[in-house]
Amino acid sequence: MKTSTLIILAVVCILLFIAPLIMFNGHGEDDGYFGGADDAAGEIIEESGFEPWFSSIWEPPSGEIESLLFALQAAIGAIIIGYFFGYWRGQGKEE
Amino acid sequence: MHIMEGYLPLTWCIIWFVISFIVVAFGLYQIKKIVDETPESKALLAVSGAFMFILSSLKLPSVTGSCSHPCGNGLGAALFGPAVTAVLATIVLLFQALLLAHGGLTTLGANIFSMGIVGPLAAWLVYKGLTKANISSTIAIFFAAFLGDLLTYVATSCQLALAFPGPGILMKFLTIFAVTQIPLAIGEGILTVIIWDRLKAYKPKLLDKLGALAPNEA
Repeated sequence: MKTSTLIILAVVCILLFIAPLIMFNGHGEDDGYFGGADDAAGEIIEESGFEPWFSSIWEPPSGEIESLLFALQAAIGAIIIGYFFGYWRGQGKEE
Repeated sequence: MHIMEGYLPLTWCIIWFVISFIVVAFGLYQIKKIVDETPESKALLAVSGAFMFILSSLKLPSVTGSCSHPCGNGLGAALFGPAVTAVLATIVLLFQALLLAHGGLTTLGANIFSMGIVGPLAAWLVYKGLTKANISSTIAIFFAAFLGDLLTYVATSCQLALAFPGPGILMKFLTIFAVTQIPLAIGEGILTVIIWDRLKAYKPKLLDKLGALAPNEA
């Protein structure tokens, strides 16, 4: 693909995820927006009277620590992809 | 798509564990075979796993007003098939269960089943079907990633509806998971296309060797 096509695709992708932020601008977690789908499902299960019978052996103690670990997860993935793509690109140029 | 720790009755935990265990074991066997036959594919395995790592860490807003995350399981499925992708998903899900309290150890089997088996299986079938019909692999990977992501969430909804039967319960879970997921799945499709395009530019011979290209591209 041409570089321009790739850039257009990336922009479409970014717009797709900015749109909800604009649509629901001003709303927040307090009035029920931008919450996680996993938790919403958990609430429905609790409504049925089911008691969770096991809880996580360790939980991130605060939102800060949680975001640290999420960032770490993304960074591990990104460094692996970046390493190999850079390596392959250099390899291709040498040939 | 994470079913939270302890939120599934024990019987269902065991059922999903057994099914997932068999597939993951088969996936490990397949990985060994692939690596023995084509050692260069190790790097592609790492990239597929890394792609899942990134995508499943991104919690994105959706037009329904709630947030969810893509799965990244379409890429691995198109390259290596669903069983190998189940192994990669297990690594991601373990990381999240142990360090992030997302998903859990008791629900690990169920979560592997949706993100590592149903989604990748759908992606793999769509991918193979489209490329066999000589549709460009770049277009095929979009639909594979889109459906792989969406069906992962449909699977989670079905699993929860099975465990907590009630009138209209499936629709409730589908509304929460699958509808929210549609724009995210489109985004995942686009991101996978971008990665795929680069892979095709850098490693065309390796992709061909793995049988991951359309016949007219090989």
